[in-house]
Parts: sequence; structure tokens; C-alpha cells
Amino acid sequence: MIQFDRVSKRYPNGKDALSKVSFTLPAGQLTFLTGHSGAGKSTLLKLIMMIERPSQGQVLVEGQNLNGFGNRHIPLLRRKIGMVHQNHQLLFDRSVFDNVALPLIIAGYSRADIGKRVRAALDKVGLLDKEKLNPIMLSGGEQQRVGIARAVVNKPPLLLADEPTGNLDPALSEEIMDLFQDFARVGVAVLIATHDLSLIARYNHRLLTLREGRLIHDGDDRDGNGTGDPHGR
Amino acid sequence: MAANKRNATPIKPRRSKAEKPRRAAGAHSASTSLKDRLASWREHHRDSLRDALHRINLSRASSTMTILVIAIALSLPAGLAVLLDNARAITRGWDGNAHLSVFLTMDVEESRQRDLARQWEALDHIQRTKVITREQALAEFQALSGFGDVLEALPDNPLPPLIVVFPDSTDPVTLRDLENRLAAEPGVDLVQLDVEWVRRLHALIELGERLISALTLALAAAVVLVVVNTIRLGIESRRDEIVVVKIVGGTDGFVRRPFLYTGFCFGFAGGLVAVILVQTALWWLGGPIDELLTLYKSEQSLTSMASSSLIILPMFSGILGLLGAWLAVGRHLGDIEPNF
Repeated sequence: MIQFDRVSKRYPNGKDALSKVSFTLPAGQLTFLTGHSGAGKSTLLKLIMMIERPSQGQVLVEGQNLNGFGNRHIPLLRRKIGMVHQNHQLLFDRSVFDNVALPLIIAGYSRADIGKRVRAALDKVGLLDKEKLNPIMLSGGEQQRVGIARAVVNKPPLLLADEPTGNLDPALSEEIMDLFQDFARVGVAVLIATHDLSLIARYNHRLLTLREGRLIHDGDDRDGNGTGDPHGR
Repeated sequence: MAANKRNATPIKPRRSKAEKPRRAAGAHSASTSLKDRLASWREHHRDSLRDALHRINLSRASSTMTILVIAIALSLPAGLAVLLDNARAITRGWDGNAHLSVFLTMDVEESRQRDLARQWEALDHIQRTKVITREQALAEFQALSGFGDVLEALPDNPLPPLIVVFPDSTDPVTLRDLENRLAAEPGVDLVQLDVEWVRRLHALIELGERLISALTLALAAAVVLVVVNTIRLGIESRRDEIVVVKIVGGTDGFVRRPFLYTGFCFGFAGGLVAVILVQTALWWLGGPIDELLTLYKSEQSLTSMASSSLIILPMFSGILGLLGAWLAVGRHLGDIEPNF
């Protein structure tokens, strides 16, 4: 689904955000991405979303090399990616329904189809009865679930999450994680960037650990300390 | 013919059924049929327009301000253009009256005057001549000027004999030549080219046209800049929305569309208000201007804007708004990129 091949990113200020990072995310797998802030997590997500372009190496999404993509291809790429943000990125000038419908309107679905798909997505995250509310009236956990509904309403093959449980208590985090695992089970490649070590430790999923732009660990969280690093750093 | 018709009808439904495109099995979840996308594209245009109007209505005070600025900027050149059109219409008939008044010396007898007039009719570029004897001139002058009493007090008729020469051309060089030639004729005291002031008026009207063109250009630029600024603020206030739309795969066109509609709506509304302002001003000026025209013995009365202008002005203004929105969007939309 996603393949990084010796990808390096150096920002114009000379900072190396990523150095020769290589990994593959298959469809149907949930993967954690961790590391201290500034380790390169955000840069890695930005490269997948084509918010940034790599300085070296190549990123492949569904076998297509993003280096060959012009700016006009970016919207089409992003329609294949569901993105969940820590701060939800919901629009408070419209209802929950309209927030979730946005990707479908953009992709050009018919009105009837939009209604069906939005309700299916809201049903999936358990918010079917709140479609008419303004998201500002919802709790943090509910807002995050609206964000997830918006990310998956288009049935994208890839789901990216940036600190999805950052502001949530453990019980709510678990609900959110259950949703992500469900999506992975139906074939979506899920990549969750987080520094919530306890969350990582609770689930035995593949873990990618970045430190200073290098991928220092790729595999199970064998040590159970949520870092993939035997020294627990 | 009838047989053809009978044959053709049953085929139609069968064909459309057979050719109905089948969606490829296992199509990607994100893909939609062309028909759906076209319908959705139309819907988005409609929604963008509705959204633009809704937002203009939401910020009513500032929107009204913008629309009024546009209206005032446009009503100035539009109003002047209407007045100029009127001036042109009034003076149009005056070209045909171009003539030379040839005043003869006082000692020329009436018979000699008629001889001269007849001779001149044979000259090039002279269509006809008209003799006005001293007595006729006096009678006319008394009737028209109101100085009748004064003239009667004079011992002699002070008016010279006059031959009015109508040329067959209004070309300035020809007229000047004719004027010189007639001035050199024996017995001629003074030749007055009466077309001169018409030509001056025409020159003034042309100058007016140029000034209005320059004014239109400057004020059209002002309209564009007003819209650029308004749209820039709109973009700034919708930054979050733009970011989200870009993250979920909205094309630049999708992001741009509502702003372009907003720009067009501002321009169009401004143009409509400008039409109202101009019409109101013309109605206000109509009375005095008509009176003035009557005093100048013109059969014209003030004509208002041509009915085509009633729609052309708002459309033109709408296009200016669109241009302004396009500039603002092109300049500022690129600055807003998702980040996390």
C-alpha cells in the first residue's frame, strides 16, 4: 500500500527531518509510528500526503511513485487517504453530517449516495443520532469520532492518524483504537503516529520508531514498553 | 417517411439498454461515474453560488459597503457616458447646417448681390446659395433680436447684404479653401465659417469620450481592487475550511469556486446598484435638462440609459468582480496549505 524507499527529507533551513527511511505498509495492517517530537513523524505523514516532497528517495502509494506526481495529482492522491488529526479539524460552521459529507462532495458523489454513505460512516462510529448537530456541541471523544467518520466515509485504502488519542482519556482512546482495528481488519492500511507509549504497549501491533529522522526499529513491540527500544527511550 | 418513423421508434429503447455502460467490476471505492461527477459538478456550482449569496447576506453591513463602493465607482463613468450620448445625439443634426455667411460690402446693390450668388453656384463645392438682402436681414433681425426699437432709431440700415453659401462637403480643408476663395471675390467684406463652433463642440465631445474612457479604466481598476481586498479577507476568514478541503482532496478549482462566485456576485450587485444610481440621477436631472434643451430649440429630450446597458453594466461589473476574485484567490490560496 505504502512503500518508503531510502527516503530523506532536508528542510530549506538545513535540518534533516528524515534520513534514508525505508519500510512498507501492507493493506490490512495497523502500524504505530512513534518517536519523540521532532523525530520526523509529522514529516513522514506529510510526505505521504504530499504536503512535502522528499529530498531523496521515493515514496510509493499503491505502487505509484509520488515523485512523478505533479501538483494537480495531489487532490486525487489525498482522496485515497483518510486523515485523522489530533485537533479533529472539524468545521464548526456546519452540521456533523455536512462535515462528514465533505470528501464525498469533493469526489463528486450523487446526493443520494452521499446521504447513504455519510449515515453508514456515522453509524460505524456510533454517532448516527447526532448528524444534525453542530460538532461544537459534541464532546472531545465524539468530535474525534466525527473526524474518523470523515476520514473513512470515502472508503480510502489508507488511513493516517496523527495523535488520534492525544486529548482523550484511556477509555475513549480504546474506543477509537477499536475503530482503527476494525478498519485494518477490512483491508485498510492504518498508520497511527503517536507518542502515547501506554497505548502502543496495550496493543501488539507493528511499531515503527523514529529517532532524529532515522528508523531505528521496525517490528513488534517485543519489549512491551511501547518504544521498540530495549533501553526504553 | 412514415415507414421510417415506425421503424425507428422501437429501436431506440433497445439501443439505450444495450449501450448502458457497465461499471467495471471491483472499481475503486473512490471512483464515481462520469454522470455522477458531472451532476455533482453542477451541484457544486449551484451550491457555490448559494453559499456566496448566503455569506454576502451574513456579513450584510460590510457587503453593503463593498457593493456601494463598486456602485459609486461605476455610476460615475456610466452616468457621464449617458450624458455624453445625449450631447452627441443633440449635435448630430447640426452637421448638415454647415454653411458660410458671406457678408458683402455695403455698397453692393441688390441686383449685383443676386448676380454674385448665381455666379457662385457654378463654383466647385457649392451646393446652393441663398440671398439675404439688407431689408430682409433687417426684418429678420428686428423680429428675432428684440432690438427692433433701437434699429428704428438708427438713420440707416446698418446691416450688410449677405449671401449664405451651402457647401456640398464638410471636409475642413475644402471649407477653408472655399472660405479663402470667396474672401478674395470682389465686393466681399467678410466670410464667416459657421461650422466652426460645431467642430469645436465635436472636439469637446471627443475629449469627453477620452476622459470617460480613462475614468472608466481607473474606476474599473478600483472595482477590481475592492473585490480583491474583500475576497482576501474572505479567504483569511475561511482558512480552516480551505485547509480541511485540501486535506480531503479538494482541487484548487473546488476551493476557488465559491470565492469566484462571491466576487461575481459583488460585482453584479454593484453594477445593478450603479444602474439604479444613474437612472435616479438622470430622473433628477431630467427636468432642468429638458428645459435647457427647449431653450436651445432642440427637439431632443434627455434619453436615459439604453435598455441593453441595464444588463451590460451589471455583467461588466460582475466580470470585474470575477477578475478581482481570481486575482485574490491566485495570490492568497497558495499560501494556505495543510500542516500538522
